[in-house]
Amino acid sequence: MKKRRWLFWLIIVLSLGSIFVDLPKKVPVKFEFKNFKIDWQFTRPEINWRLGEFRFYRDLEIKKGIDLAGGTHLVFQSDMSQVEEDDRQAAIEAARDNIEKRVNLFGVSEPIIQTSKVGNDYRLLVELAGITDIDQAITLIGQTAQLDFRELSPEATESATFADFSPTGLTGSDLTKSEVKFDPNTGEPSVGLQFSSEGIKKFSEITGRNVGKPVAIFLDELPVTAPTVQEQITSGDAVINGDFTLDEAKNLVIQLNAGALPVPINLIEQRNIGATLGNDSVQKSVQAGLIGLLMVVIFMGIYYGRLGLIADMALIIYGLLTLALYKLIPITLTLPGIAGFILSVGMAVDANILIFERMKEEIRDGKPVNLAMELGFGRAWDSIRDANVATLITCFILFNPFNWPFLNASGMVRGFALTLGLGVALSLFTGIVVTRTLLRTFLQKEVRKR
Amino acid sequence: MIQWMRFKWLYFLISALFIVPGLISLFANGLRPAIDFTGGSLLEYQFENGVETTQIKSILEDNGYQLGSVQLSGEKNYLLRLAPLDNQEASQIKDVLTQNFSQSLEEVRFETVGPTLGRELLIKTIVAILLAAGFIIGYVTWRFKESKFGVCAILAMFHDTLVLLGAFSLLGYFLKVEVDTLFVTAVLTVLSFSVHDTIVVYDRIRESQKLFPKTSFQDLANKAITETLSRSLNNSLTIIFMLVALFLMGGVTIRWFVAALLIGTVSGTYSSTFNAVPLLVVWDKFQQKRKK
Repeated sequence: MKKRRWLFWLIIVLSLGSIFVDLPKKVPVKFEFKNFKIDWQFTRPEINWRLGEFRFYRDLEIKKGIDLAGGTHLVFQSDMSQVEEDDRQAAIEAARDNIEKRVNLFGVSEPIIQTSKVGNDYRLLVELAGITDIDQAITLIGQTAQLDFRELSPEATESATFADFSPTGLTGSDLTKSEVKFDPNTGEPSVGLQFSSEGIKKFSEITGRNVGKPVAIFLDELPVTAPTVQEQITSGDAVINGDFTLDEAKNLVIQLNAGALPVPINLIEQRNIGATLGNDSVQKSVQAGLIGLLMVVIFMGIYYGRLGLIADMALIIYGLLTLALYKLIPITLTLPGIAGFILSVGMAVDANILIFERMKEEIRDGKPVNLAMELGFGRAWDSIRDANVATLITCFILFNPFNWPFLNASGMVRGFALTLGLGVALSLFTGIVVTRTLLRTFLQKEVRKR
Repeated sequence: MIQWMRFKWLYFLISALFIVPGLISLFANGLRPAIDFTGGSLLEYQFENGVETTQIKSILEDNGYQLGSVQLSGEKNYLLRLAPLDNQEASQIKDVLTQNFSQSLEEVRFETVGPTLGRELLIKTIVAILLAAGFIIGYVTWRFKESKFGVCAILAMFHDTLVLLGAFSLLGYFLKVEVDTLFVTAVLTVLSFSVHDTIVVYDRIRESQKLFPKTSFQDLANKAITETLSRSLNNSLTIIFMLVALFLMGGVTIRWFVAALLIGTVSGTYSSTFNAVPLLVVWDKFQQKRKK
C-alpha cells in the first residue's frame, strides 16, 4: 500500500515537472480585481547543469525540422577518383568537419551534417533549417575553395593566357586568416589575406622574382584575378580584388578561413522548403491533433464512463510527458514526426482499452471490482507487450539507428519512426503504471466507502 | 455465442471485393512513383492569382523545358514535375513564369533527386520491408511456438499490403497521387499495426486453448473474436479519430501519408479479426483431416 502511494506522488511530480518543461518560454500573467493588480511575466528558466566535466544544457524549445521551419536538405556526392582507397573515409570525414566550420561561420544554427557510404560512394548530407538564401548556402558548401597563387613561366610571351600560369606552391593552406576588406578608393569589397610565417617567406620570394609581371590567384582551378606586382612584398599581407559582391567576398572569406575541402563534391539531391508552408502545416496539424484528442477523450468518457475518465487523465499525462521528452532529448520535429505523435496518442489508449475490457469480463464473472482490476491488468499485460513489440521493431528499422548502409536514413522517415517509437514506449508506461495507480487510488476509496 | 466462423467464406469474399479491383489496377496502371524513386525535380509555386495548369505547361514547353506534369495543389499552389534541374534552371523557370503571367510568385518548394539515388532508395525500401516482415514473422512464430500462427498473421499482413497498394494504384490513376518515401513508411507502420491486432486475438485463442483443451478449435476462435471484437473496434476507432482529423485538417504535404495510414488501419482491423482467425481455422481443419 505504501509503495502505491509513493507511485501516485511520483506521477504527480512527473506531471507537474512536464507542465513546467512544456510551458512556452514566456507566459504573461495578468490579473486585475478592484485595486488589486498583477502584471507579471513568467519566464521559464533553461536547464543548465554542471557536474564536473559533464554539462547538461537544454533551452527547452521545440526544434523544428526543415519541413516546418523552412530550409534545405542537401546531398553531396564526393569525387574520390584522386584519393587512395584507404584514405577515403578519412577524406570524407575531413570534408564534413570543414563544411561544418563553413556552415557555422555562415551563421546557421544547429546544422545537421552527416557522412554516408553507399556502395563505393561517399556522401555528405547537410540539413540547414531556417535559412532563406539557399543558393548562397549551396555555393558556400559546394566549392572546394582550393586557393593557389600562380606565376608566368619565364618563356611566356606578351599574349600569354591564364593557361600559361604555373603553380608556385603557395596555397590556401599557407594562410592564417582572411577577412573582408573595402577598397579605400572605390569602396568595392575585397578579400584581405594574412599568411603564416611559411607563407610570408614564399610570398616574398614570389613577388621578389615577379616584379613588373602578373601573379594570378586561382580558386578551384579558375582564375579570380591577376594583378601585376609593383614591388616585393615582405609583410605577408595581400588583397584580392576580384569584382566581388559583398556576399561573394563574405563567402570566400568563410571558405578560406575554414580551409579547402579535401575532395571535390557535387550536389545530387536537394529539397528546399519555404517557411510559409511549414508554419501553415504546424498550425493545422496542432489543431487537428487537439480535435482528434478531444474526440478520443469524449469517446472514452462515454463508452467506459468513470473508467474512461481515468484513461483520459492518463492520456493527458501521457501527452504532457511526451512533449516534455521531446524538449529534453531534444527531438527535431518534422511533419511526419507530428503525425507519428498523433498516431501514438491514438494507440496510447489501446493498453487502457485492453485492460478495461478484461476488467469488464471479470466483473461479469462476479468478481469484486478491485480484484477484477488486478486480474484485468495481469491478463492484459501479455497482449499489450506482444502487440507493441511489433511496432517497436518496425520503428527500429525505420529509424535505422546504426546508420546501416542498406537501409534508408531520410530525416522525414526518421522523424516519424522516432516519435512513434517513443510514443509507444511511453504509452506502455502510462498504460501500465499511470492508469493502474490512478485506478487503485480512486477505486480503492470507492470500495472503502461501500 | 455468435458463430462467427460459420461465415468465414463471406469474410474472404469481402476481402476479395476490395483487393481484386486494386490488384487489377496495380497490374494495368502500376503505381505513380514520386521523384524519390525516379529522380527528377519538383517545383511548387504559390501564385497570387489562380491560373490554368495548361497555360503553365504551354509556356514552359515554348521555352524549351520538358515538363512532366503540372498539378494544382491547394488553391493557388502549383506543383511542377520535371527532369532534374539545378538551382539556376529553377530560378530561370521562375523568371519565365513571373514574366508571362505578370504576377509575382513564391517558390514554396524545390526538390531535386539524382537518378542514381532513386534506384538506391528503391532497393533500400525493399530491404526494409523484407527485414521488417522477417523480424515480425520470427517474433510471432517464437511467441506462439507454432508456425501456423506466424504464417496466418503474415497472410493477414499481406492482405493489408495488397489493399494499400491497390488503393494507391487507383488513387494514382484517378487523382494522380504519387508513391513516395512516406508511403513506404506508412506501409511498414500498417504492417506492424496489423500484426498488433492479430496478436491480441491470437493471444486469446492460445489462452482459451489451455483453459478449455476439449473445446473445438472453431469454437475457441468464435469465443476469442467475441471477446476481442469490441476492444479491437474501440482501439481502431481512437486511432481513426486522430487520423481523420489529421487528414481533413492537417498539412497538405502529409495528406496522402495520413490517408495511407487510415486505409491501412481500417484494413488491418478487418483483416486481424476476419482474415487472420478464419485462416487459422481453415488451416486447423486441414491439419485434422490429414491426421485422419
